[in-house]
Amino acid sequence: MQKDKKNPYLFLLPYILLFTVFIIIPIVMAIYLSFTNFNTIETPGFIGFLNYLNLLTQDEIFMQYVLPNTVLFAVIVGPGGYILSFLLAWSLSQLTRVPRMILALIFYSPSMTSGVAMVVVWKVLFSGNQAGYVNSLLMKLGILTEPLIFLQDTRFIMIIMIIVALWGSMGVGFLAMLAGVLNVDETLYEAGAIDGIRNRFQELFYITIPSMKPQMLFGAVMAIVGTFSTGVIGVALTGSNPTPSYAGQLIVNHIEDYGFIRFEMGYAAALSVVLLLIIFLFSYISKKLFSES
Amino acid sequence: MALKVSGNNPKKFNRSQIKFYVFLIPFALFMMLPIIFIINHAFKPLDELFAFPPRFFVNAPTFDNFRNLFDLANTSGIPLSRYVLNSLIVTVAVVFFSIIISSMAGFVLSKKQFRGKKAIFEINNVALMFVPIAVTIPRFLTISFLGIDDTFFAHILPLLAMPVGLFLIKQFIDQIPDALIEAAIVDGANDFQIYWKIILPLIKPALATAAILVFQVVWNDVETSTLFTTSENMRTLAFFMNTLAVNTNVVVGQGMAAVASLIMFIPNLILFIILQSSVMNTMSHSGLK
Repeated sequence: MQKDKKNPYLFLLPYILLFTVFIIIPIVMAIYLSFTNFNTIETPGFIGFLNYLNLLTQDEIFMQYVLPNTVLFAVIVGPGGYILSFLLAWSLSQLTRVPRMILALIFYSPSMTSGVAMVVVWKVLFSGNQAGYVNSLLMKLGILTEPLIFLQDTRFIMIIMIIVALWGSMGVGFLAMLAGVLNVDETLYEAGAIDGIRNRFQELFYITIPSMKPQMLFGAVMAIVGTFSTGVIGVALTGSNPTPSYAGQLIVNHIEDYGFIRFEMGYAAALSVVLLLIIFLFSYISKKLFSES
Repeated sequence: MALKVSGNNPKKFNRSQIKFYVFLIPFALFMMLPIIFIINHAFKPLDELFAFPPRFFVNAPTFDNFRNLFDLANTSGIPLSRYVLNSLIVTVAVVFFSIIISSMAGFVLSKKQFRGKKAIFEINNVALMFVPIAVTIPRFLTISFLGIDDTFFAHILPLLAMPVGLFLIKQFIDQIPDALIEAAIVDGANDFQIYWKIILPLIKPALATAAILVFQVVWNDVETSTLFTTSENMRTLAFFMNTLAVNTNVVVGQGMAAVASLIMFIPNLILFIILQSSVMNTMSHSGLK
């Protein structure tokens, strides 16, 4: 029996070790570095909250472009992609098995593509001359008279980023929701019918959604994380960091700009901490929304 | 059955399903558009890549773009086979070790009572929200501190602990009846035998699911090659395909870029099709409370 007490930790050891070294320690280091002035060559010097103060008061680009862009992008792609994946999952559950599987595979397939490589496809589609597919189509339909330079035009960058992000948003969360809808206890629907449920929508609101709250929460968390990590597409689409006039600049791009282009690692670390805090905050809110009580 | 108003998971086609097809099919077409596009683009001969007005579908398919891609790789000093080999080593190692360590951890987190168990699983759940890109810099520093940069370890070790994988496996083990394990203990099995002989065979769907999720991350990973390696012959296929795809703006390059995207996409697709029923089976236990 004595041996049994130690065994669990032995089984956990490899995971915990790697988890600590490559996830926990980097987060702790990011928090520490965010209080320093670190240029990657000299040893970091402690400067207290200066990075955060600068972020709030000095960084005009952050306040004027990056933060509003990130909020706009997150508000549309996060809930948008989430609602869409629920609607698609629920609609799919109303079909028979074979067509359901085929369509589910199609919806999930963009999530399997490596993000940046796929962006190349969108780059060709939205190419700025007459040979661009979207331009060509819009001109043929008579909507445009001359080609638009979509990927450099500050009016369109964000819209295209949102389309691409939504296209790739049916990921693990979507699969979880689909499995969730399909596994709702059949007898609940029969009981519901006896209690006077008349149509699919009543069924959806009174039985399906309440029965799959845990999957809905998992989907929500995955959607939040997905939204904030697809941030690189703006840079990939426009081919430059910063994006033209900062029109598609998100926090992730701002971190790369400061960390790997200007080598102001301390400031970049402060931005990273802010990003992690934002993600935790949103996840916390969704947890409150979906909790059982 | 007759009592149900409409219900999910119908067995037969029925006219009331038509409205769902009307909604789903246009959507599916939109989702497939870019993928159909790269397939066509990859097989377009030069004159069709240049064609004006641009054509979506390929007319006279050819393997020229594939040939050009292989030639380019060979003239750049490092043969394509080196990138492929690196990718294979890294991917196989990460997928294998990752599901081993996650299933070991998942087993004890689900079936054993010990101090700190709840806290560990809670921390892992918080880490589901972890976005690697937010701590790229400290990760880079950790790797150079460990002195593993520019080795296979830099490719493999950082990706082994995957919170989503552990989470899905642990939730799946939760539904294995305790009685099964108690019976094994009565028969004199130790923890390792229980893990190896009972748990592992029963959680194959969860392992397959974790494997495909890990595979997608590793196979498509470009960041490791960019940041944690300096020598060209330690880099992976994803990195090579990505540089090729990003740096080629000329029309001729588009065909090769499409081939590159296609080569990266196909293994994911095939693996997912093979494992999809395991994935759906596992996902039904993916609830987060």
